[in-house]
Amino acid sequence: MSEAVRLEDVHKSFERNEVLRGIDLALSEHEVVCLIGASGSGKSTLLRCVNLLEPIDRGRIVVEGQEVTAPGVDLNAVRRRIGIVFQAYNLFPHMTVLRNVTLAPREVLGLSRAEAEAQALELLGRIGLADKRDDYPDRLSGGQQQRVAIVRALAMRPQLMLLDEVTSALDPELVAEVLNLIRELAEGGMTMIIATHEMSFARDIANRVCFLDAGVILEEGRPEQIFSAPREERTQQFLARITEAGRL
Amino acid sequence: MNDPGRASRILGGGAGRSTAIATASTLVVFGAIALIVVTSTGWPEVKQAFFNWDEFTYSFPKVLRALKLNIEIFLIAEVFILIFALAIAILRGLPGPVFFPVRLLATAYTDVFRGIPTILVVYLLGFGVPALQLSGVPSSELFWGTASLVLVYSAYVAEVYRAGIESVHPSQDAAARSLGLTRAQSLRFVVVPQAVRRVVPPLLNDFIGLQKDTALVALLGPVEAFREAQIISASDFNYTPYVVAALLFIALTIPLARFTDWLIARERKRRLAGGVR
Repeated sequence: MSEAVRLEDVHKSFERNEVLRGIDLALSEHEVVCLIGASGSGKSTLLRCVNLLEPIDRGRIVVEGQEVTAPGVDLNAVRRRIGIVFQAYNLFPHMTVLRNVTLAPREVLGLSRAEAEAQALELLGRIGLADKRDDYPDRLSGGQQQRVAIVRALAMRPQLMLLDEVTSALDPELVAEVLNLIRELAEGGMTMIIATHEMSFARDIANRVCFLDAGVILEEGRPEQIFSAPREERTQQFLARITEAGRL
Repeated sequence: MNDPGRASRILGGGAGRSTAIATASTLVVFGAIALIVVTSTGWPEVKQAFFNWDEFTYSFPKVLRALKLNIEIFLIAEVFILIFALAIAILRGLPGPVFFPVRLLATAYTDVFRGIPTILVVYLLGFGVPALQLSGVPSSELFWGTASLVLVYSAYVAEVYRAGIESVHPSQDAAARSLGLTRAQSLRFVVVPQAVRRVVPPLLNDFIGLQKDTALVALLGPVEAFREAQIISASDFNYTPYVVAALLFIALTIPLARFTDWLIARERKRRLAGGVR
């Protein structure tokens, strides 16, 4: 299997606060990696760096063989190939669902309106929301909004998807519909890096789980190993806290 | 405005009994003021000079006709202000050290033109630039008067736009950029449309100011409503035409003022509804 993305010694600081302290991570195509770890361990920052929403201070990021952190790389071209979905959905509130999904394909990929809408309706149909095409996002439930946000990213036909705690803002009864969609993507072979607090989901879907602690990947392995027999003490403590909170 | 409930809501009152109380107290207050004015020693002279009915009916159509120029100035200036101010607001928001000089210029612009009294800008541009006798540069007083208003009001409106742009959460820009949209595309499709929706009420407020400041162009010579009133007043030795001009300016601004109130009320209702959901 060929390599989809590779991070080498990635460092990132905000002011004096070093959030990422040397991340090394590589994904093969079709691989799903889940990032777990406490809030503030650097999961979101890591994803934002891969998508070049945050410039990194040191290290390299290579996507499909191209070093995207090299000087002179067209950031917009890189972002086109990488989809990201945020915790707070970040749909465009002044646009209908259909316009949310067709904006980037039309303006960035240059699809015609008919092409973009056909593709968007196909995707919306797959998640059962085609009838919401003319609604504004605030008419939709959180779960529906997040699924539209995922579809909006998919409409760019990305080679890699980054999911940043996409269920954390949802009411518990709406989590499943979003997780099921992500599961379908994984089954369809989408390469994904998923930051999540849903441990049973991570165990279920991930090919590999990485435990982030204080800006480094402290431990990584197959989900059975991480969740059943974590080696590092910090990993054990984290999982114990999660178990106490009833999240595992 | 035929619905009295709506009218009182817009003016900040209640319905039914409170409307009656509002009406009564209004009558008392205004009645008292009128009584004081009418019984004052100088009232007969003031009445003759400012509220002469013959003078009123004579000057009204003339001033009204002249008001057409104010409306033209307003409409033309408005279009340029909307475009020019948005450009300045966007330039002021450009990120990174490369654009520092641009940001500096945009900031200096808003500082300077909000700092100079409008009347001075009208004088300096209206008398100064034509005096240079540059070829290819218009020398019309009307042109420079309108240009002065555009320059001054663009500084205010640019700040209104900027506040709107900054009120759009950065996550919206992040979402747009993450889809591969360029910075310009993100501004055009995502940030500016949301910003403009939010600033429509304060923007209209500035335009209410602009409507009456069109009278400043008269200082350069063009005969608009104020200047027309001045001319009639000077020949008839009577101030009633000024009262006519004042009433016409009020009549001109009231529709826009009520429209602004209505927009604010609608926006608040929409927000509250969104908050409950």
